Amino acid sequence: MTVPAFFFYLFSAVAVASAFMVIAGRNPVHSVLWLILTFVNAAGLFLLIGAEFLAMILVVVYVGAVAVLFLFVVMMLDVDFAELREGFLQYLPIGALVGLVFLVELVLVVGTWAVGPGIASAIKAPIPNASQVTNTEAIGRVLYTTYVHYFQIAGLVLLVAMIGAIVLTLHHRVNVKRQNISSQNARTRDTAIEVVKVKTGEGI
Amino acid sequence: MTLNSLMPVLPELVVVIGAMLLLMLGVFRGEGSTPIVEVGALVVIAIAAVLIFMQPSAPAELFGGSIVIDAFARFFKILILIGAAAALVMSMPFWRNHKLNRFEFSVVVLLSVAGMMVMVSARDLIALYLGIELMSLALYVIAAIDRENVRSTEAGLKYFVLGALSSGMLLYGASLVYGFTGTVSFAGIAAAAKSPSTGLVFGIVFLFAGLAFKVSAVPFHMWTPDVYEGAPTPVTAFFAAAPKVAAIALFVRVAVSAFPNIALSWQQIIVFISIASMVLGAFAAIGQKNIKRLLAYSSIGHVGFALVGLAPGTAEGVSGVLIYMTIYLAMTLGTFAVVIAMRRDGGQIEEIDQLAGLSRTQPVMAFVLAALLFSLAGIPPLAGFFAKFYVFLAAIQGKFYALAVIGVLASVVGAYYYLRIVKIMYIDEPAQRFLPMPRAVAFVLALSGAFTILFFVYPGPLVAAADAAAKSLF
Repeated sequence: MTVPAFFFYLFSAVAVASAFMVIAGRNPVHSVLWLILTFVNAAGLFLLIGAEFLAMILVVVYVGAVAVLFLFVVMMLDVDFAELREGFLQYLPIGALVGLVFLVELVLVVGTWAVGPGIASAIKAPIPNASQVTNTEAIGRVLYTTYVHYFQIAGLVLLVAMIGAIVLTLHHRVNVKRQNISSQNARTRDTAIEVVKVKTGEGI
Repeated sequence: MTLNSLMPVLPELVVVIGAMLLLMLGVFRGEGSTPIVEVGALVVIAIAAVLIFMQPSAPAELFGGSIVIDAFARFFKILILIGAAAALVMSMPFWRNHKLNRFEFSVVVLLSVAGMMVMVSARDLIALYLGIELMSLALYVIAAIDRENVRSTEAGLKYFVLGALSSGMLLYGASLVYGFTGTVSFAGIAAAAKSPSTGLVFGIVFLFAGLAFKVSAVPFHMWTPDVYEGAPTPVTAFFAAAPKVAAIALFVRVAVSAFPNIALSWQQIIVFISIASMVLGAFAAIGQKNIKRLLAYSSIGHVGFALVGLAPGTAEGVSGVLIYMTIYLAMTLGTFAVVIAMRRDGGQIEEIDQLAGLSRTQPVMAFVLAALLFSLAGIPPLAGFFAKFYVFLAAIQGKFYALAVIGVLASVVGAYYYLRIVKIMYIDEPAQRFLPMPRAVAFVLALSGAFTILFFVYPGPLVAAADAAAKSLF
């Protein structure tokens, strides 16, 4: 077995196994950690096909930001996950049945695998030769030219997500004391301190 | 790419940039700016509609063919804009009465309209998915916009979770179709998919399952009654109108322009979900006591009827779908105008029993609602009859006799629950009066009622426009 093939099977096997552990784990914190392992292995698969930019982005964005955010949320939410899972086994037979149907269909799909004659020519933006352009540049070349509208629409989707999060969760509380920087800066000795002459032996 | 080459998507750009400007206005001026933002959103919609009318009739392709502006897309964009404008108009008095002051509602509706406009113009799988996500994400937000209300938040959450699941199925199907054809563009898929291989059919099934969820066709309809009941009524009116029209348009375009050579494979799916939706819509609505739930089942049934026109995969059938969706849009908006007007001092009323004796307390409203219900049931000479007529005619021409017969039977069953409401209004002892109808709502109801009742006088322009739009797909 060649070295790339060995690593391909290693990364895939670990990715599938840890993805399974994400949903099988009892503790949600462990699930997030398994999820991180899945991402790292997927990054490894990207490296094997020469897409090192995507591999690094996957690690930086998903592991560095998204998964850590997940971890914070999971740790801060006071949800009893054991209780949520109580009905889990009850649905296992039907879930297993659906899974089995999917598996059979997938086997059918893989069994009929055939590469169509016109497919090689139908590809719109083929992967350029890696020795001529870096893959960051290759993505940049199409992302901001041919596919600029996808990029913009995806930006709009994120805008809607941001508006939605603010609309649905932001509460303006009226009785909260807020920092007022201008009034802080405008304080002088006169407004800030009060000189009280205390007579000896009498108090205020 | 020059700025001039972007001219065909000018309406989309107007909607998007308008939404962002209104958002800025709302953010900087605070909650007090809600009326300005609402009117601004209507102005943006009006400008976009005028721009669409001014576009040349020749189809224009943009961004390497991934977006196409043809007669079909323009037809549906006008419908979407009408649906959104009517929902916005009706929402204004509703929010005032419910002391809900959120300028973001109009902005989010505009952004969802932008998503729908992308959907109906999409001619590849990526644009399709991005359009659906932009629309759906905005819809999840406005379903839960009344966030102090448990049922509204429940509706939003339910819609979000099930919508995410359906997006997953759609993406899985899209990835299989891409894998087996090597391209995401509909034209490329049509050229590559000459014969139905197992993998491709598998992909189509998943793709259609995701789309069926968006149009709420059986068996992917479960979310509809709960979301329609829980969401605030103007939001429900919007859900039943514009997104449904856009999703049907997308359904038609995917089926007809991406898989024309393997029509037999997808026709079976369409026939099944069409029959299932018609039958379930007819029978499940009978026992409903809440008018919003009843209209939810009614909309499921109507999607089934509209899909009857898609089953033959012919230009006549697609033209029937276009006519159906136009008339459906008008009838639905009018019916929801009445539901919004069902108010007493205690608040919004949703029970069907409370319509009792409406013919004596508010005769005009009762008459228009009765006309709309007769039309929804498909009784001539109202508009709803012609809608059903064109799709059934196309089904018979395409030799889908069983489908047409089941459709007619289902509409007979459906007539029972529509006419039951008419009976409650005209025969039962009067219940307490409703508060007077706000003028904006009355305006929508009047337009919708006039269209429904007078459609038979002059159906020519709509039929001609639908025919031209349908031909642009073939």
